[in-house]
Amino acid sequence: MIRHSKTPFYLATTLLILAGLLLAVLRHLQMGVPWLPGEQQPVWLVEARIDFQAWGEPVSVDLNIPDQPPGFYTLTEQAASPGYGFAITEHQGDRRAEWTIRDAAGHQTLYFKTRLIPDQYASEPRLEPGPIKPAEIFLEEPDTTAARTLLQQAEARSSDAASLTRELIALLTSDTPDQNTRLLLSDAELASTLYQLLNFGGIPARIADGIQLEDARRQQPLQPWIQIHDGDRWLTFNPRTGVQGVPEDVLLWRQAEGSLLDVVGGTDSIVRFSMLRQTVPALQIVRAEANERAFGSLSLYQLPVEQQGMFRMLLLLPFGALVVCLMRILVGIKTSGTFMPVLIAVAFVQTSLLPGLAAFISVVTLGLLMRGYLSSLNLLLVSRISALIILVLFITAGISIIGYQMGFSTGMTVTFFPMVILAWTIERMSILWEEEGAHEVLIQGAGSLLVAILAYLVMRAPLAEHISFNFPELHLVVLGIILLLGQYTGYKLTELRRFAPMKRYK
Amino acid sequence: MMFDWISPRALNRRGMLSMNKRNIDYIARYNDRSAYPLVDNKLKTKLVVDECNVASPKLLQVVSEQHEIGHFRERVADLDGFAIKPAKGSGGKGILVIVGRDGDDFVKPSGSKVSLEEIERHLTNILAGLYSLGGSPDVAVIEALVRSDPRLARYSHEGVPDIRIVVFKGYPVMAMLRLATHASDGKANLHQGAVGVGLNLANGQALNAVQFDRPIEFHPDNGLKLADIRIDNWHYLLNMASRCYEATGLGYMGVDLVVDETQGPLLLELNARPGLAIQIANGQGLLPRLKAVEALKRPHLTPEERVHWSMVRAGAENIPEPERWTPALEPMYQI
Repeated sequence: MIRHSKTPFYLATTLLILAGLLLAVLRHLQMGVPWLPGEQQPVWLVEARIDFQAWGEPVSVDLNIPDQPPGFYTLTEQAASPGYGFAITEHQGDRRAEWTIRDAAGHQTLYFKTRLIPDQYASEPRLEPGPIKPAEIFLEEPDTTAARTLLQQAEARSSDAASLTRELIALLTSDTPDQNTRLLLSDAELASTLYQLLNFGGIPARIADGIQLEDARRQQPLQPWIQIHDGDRWLTFNPRTGVQGVPEDVLLWRQAEGSLLDVVGGTDSIVRFSMLRQTVPALQIVRAEANERAFGSLSLYQLPVEQQGMFRMLLLLPFGALVVCLMRILVGIKTSGTFMPVLIAVAFVQTSLLPGLAAFISVVTLGLLMRGYLSSLNLLLVSRISALIILVLFITAGISIIGYQMGFSTGMTVTFFPMVILAWTIERMSILWEEEGAHEVLIQGAGSLLVAILAYLVMRAPLAEHISFNFPELHLVVLGIILLLGQYTGYKLTELRRFAPMKRYK
Repeated sequence: MMFDWISPRALNRRGMLSMNKRNIDYIARYNDRSAYPLVDNKLKTKLVVDECNVASPKLLQVVSEQHEIGHFRERVADLDGFAIKPAKGSGGKGILVIVGRDGDDFVKPSGSKVSLEEIERHLTNILAGLYSLGGSPDVAVIEALVRSDPRLARYSHEGVPDIRIVVFKGYPVMAMLRLATHASDGKANLHQGAVGVGLNLANGQALNAVQFDRPIEFHPDNGLKLADIRIDNWHYLLNMASRCYEATGLGYMGVDLVVDETQGPLLLELNARPGLAIQIANGQGLLPRLKAVEALKRPHLTPEERVHWSMVRAGAENIPEPERWTPALEPMYQI
């Protein structure tokens, strides 16, 4: 006989297990799939409310809305606006919500709601390769000279666009402003001064509108943030402090050149923001995000919901198989049919335990009684099993009807048991009874049920259900464990009792 | 006694072979899959061991088709005793032994009667594969009844006692006598309640006895002292078992022999997955013996040499030295 070295096997199995674990960790980190079921994740609900007076003419309102704001992932967007037509348009990086109506008069209120998840992976500004031209700025004397001087000062202390911006902010927000700074700030706000200076200095810059997120705040004002383009992406700076980057609690609502709100056919328009912090199950978010992440295309959320439900069940089978392996290899419990217990356990999952157990035992008992009669008919095996399948069908129907008449809807659950499996179980039990006696039938029957119940409990555990569906790669780990179990040459638990008489010898 | 346990360390110290280790390290490693049909099919076993001069009970007829069952009645008309076996049956399942006639009925070893219809139904079940592994269609083998040597038969209750010898790579490594009891319904099957009596490999003398894996001293039905048993022709029996290795090529197997009162030792069946209870019956583990055979640098080539090695290892003295067989250096026949 050829004896293969076991080393490659153990190596491969270890790799299998490691690969499963690694993929699961990656999925957790990449997609944020939670390890435990029922984990919650915060979600910000931000609402923009637009009020204006309509003139009784066709009205068209359009509002700039967040377009992949750094640090957030947009979960849902919705507009509430009775009577208005609504659409989201995108034009040259300017994402806008548009409301239109043929005729409106008097006070109008429109709502736009968006739900956003804080997302650390989206905090890096996304790539938008240029070239982007700086806006054309026309300054008059003496502003031109002041601007040049300031830019020269800042340039002298910086190496690139980002550091130049920081230096400019430092100069503009200095506690002891010099003449030039005072001159430039005298007729414009800080952010727009900065905008002008940067573009004047040849650095593409724009002003973004940010909202400070605080739970249950209403009528929050927008704050200006300055963004410069470094050739690859837009970098955000706080014009008040000079700090680069967007803080976690700031949502950049508008990151485009266009205006925040345009109203045609009305006056006195105002937009106000309010916000609310909610929590939703983390899984719900993962599911919504799945389409867009690289890992998402490898997940089961892509499947239609109906198939997902089926897979949810199928993916539990490996756990059932693992339980059977453990019970047979390590414990040594006798079952009738190797994987019959798993199939019963699957049926239990659908019927729930006690009704399922009652239904199973009654069907098998009745079936055994009827099989006794079949046995005396001297039939061929195939037709005997076939007859048994039909009888099992009658028994199931009978139990369902009687159960229903008596007011137990649980009677119906019996239909979840696979008929053929039931028929074979009855046949095997019956043969076992004739050959080895009732004792063996009880031992194997009880063993099968015990393993089935254990498999059911494992498959029913919320954690198992969660892990098996959301981390399908962990089945590689189960596979690895099963392969290793297949190499177990030690004693079974039952052998410790079986071989107990050996204590007398030696 | 319900919670009587032995520690794994104690079992290891006694060299007890476990079910998992037997399956992985012995059956899977030493038994070639392709040789299984030889032992799983009693008809094939008969033919293959016959070539190696191992005798087995006389084959009376084979029923392989449903319509042949109708002729069964005529063919058994003049037979008093016979045994019906499923060719692919395992663990003694589906074996029906008839020892005599009572009018139209047939008598089982227990004395209970079976009608011809029941026997025909039994044949139908066998053909449909009820007793075969995996339920595949089977044939029924009808053999001449083995009438056990009375010196052994008196220890057995309503059934033929058989001798199980575990043969590893052709070396007999452990043996036991299996005696039918009332509980086992005349079958020499340990898990059905037969008594297992461990036998000393050196001389065929009884060592310990167990029933249902628990030690006993006397036969539960006839009260005979089991320690008195000593098998005759022990050397011959071991040789017969060892020859089955050449016949099948199975490295790890159980050889079941019976001693017929007229024909002497006969091979009943071979088993590619012999059970572990033999260790309890012997009060010793199999592992040290299996490892000793595995450690042999130069295996013996003839059954006689192997049996000699096994018996000497078990402590036998004054047994004839077998002829040492060495391969010829020159071709035997030169033109």
